[in-house]
Amino acid sequence: MNTKRRIFLKSTLAGSAIAVAVGAGLLSPRQVLAAWPKDAFEAKNIAASLKGIYNADMTTPSSDIEIKAPDIAENGAVVPVTVNAGMKGIESISLFVEQNGTPLIAVFNLAPNAIGTVSTRVKMGKTSNVVAVVKAGGTMYAGRKEVKVTIGGCGG
Amino acid sequence: MADSIKIRATLKGDVCTVKALIKHEMETGQRKDKKTGQVIPAHFIQEVNCTHNGSNVLNAAWGAAISKNPYLSIEFAGAKKGDKVSLSWVDNKGEKDSTETAIG
Repeated sequence: MNTKRRIFLKSTLAGSAIAVAVGAGLLSPRQVLAAWPKDAFEAKNIAASLKGIYNADMTTPSSDIEIKAPDIAENGAVVPVTVNAGMKGIESISLFVEQNGTPLIAVFNLAPNAIGTVSTRVKMGKTSNVVAVVKAGGTMYAGRKEVKVTIGGCGG
Repeated sequence: MADSIKIRATLKGDVCTVKALIKHEMETGQRKDKKTGQVIPAHFIQEVNCTHNGSNVLNAAWGAAISKNPYLSIEFAGAKKGDKVSLSWVDNKGEKDSTETAIG
């Protein structure tokens, strides 16, 4: 058989195999939120939020979660936070600012091929721990880092 | 219309990094208008979705504590140059926007 034709057919097959996987929804986040989890976002403490989002109440501290954030935030309205989680099978990363009136900041549900890293900017009312909870392989892991805030960012 | 989202999708090996800057007030609903004394109503993005070639890689729920004009960066594997990445958001008033880019 003509070599060029064999290579062409082979690459077409490879492309369509991925297309089938994508079409079958195999590359979607395993945990998708149905509606905006109001109770979790209005909860006054992290435990209550976790119950609302993951129906979980226990987390295991993990050294595999790195939180990058400034030690001292000059402006509490815009605090850059990056969560890097290295464990396998990450389904979801939740971000909290412990001392905020309502600690839950955001929930990031990730597809299996997504890397366990999210970066954003958050509002902090005062000096507090920034906490990241990672759901991976059915287990809830947690990491935290203290960020000192000189001027609070909730405008209240 | 994609006016509120600036997006860049870059590639290293087969890992795509998506960086987005969204123009949005992200009003918490806790601030008072200094002149009228009235509370400024909450107006913030609640849901963000990012897809790669039509398949969802990120589904996120946000609260009002994400900073104004939100910045977001995520990464995913299995990407190739030219693949389509799209980002969309919906806020608590039902307003929405989305944009699409090719991995460069």
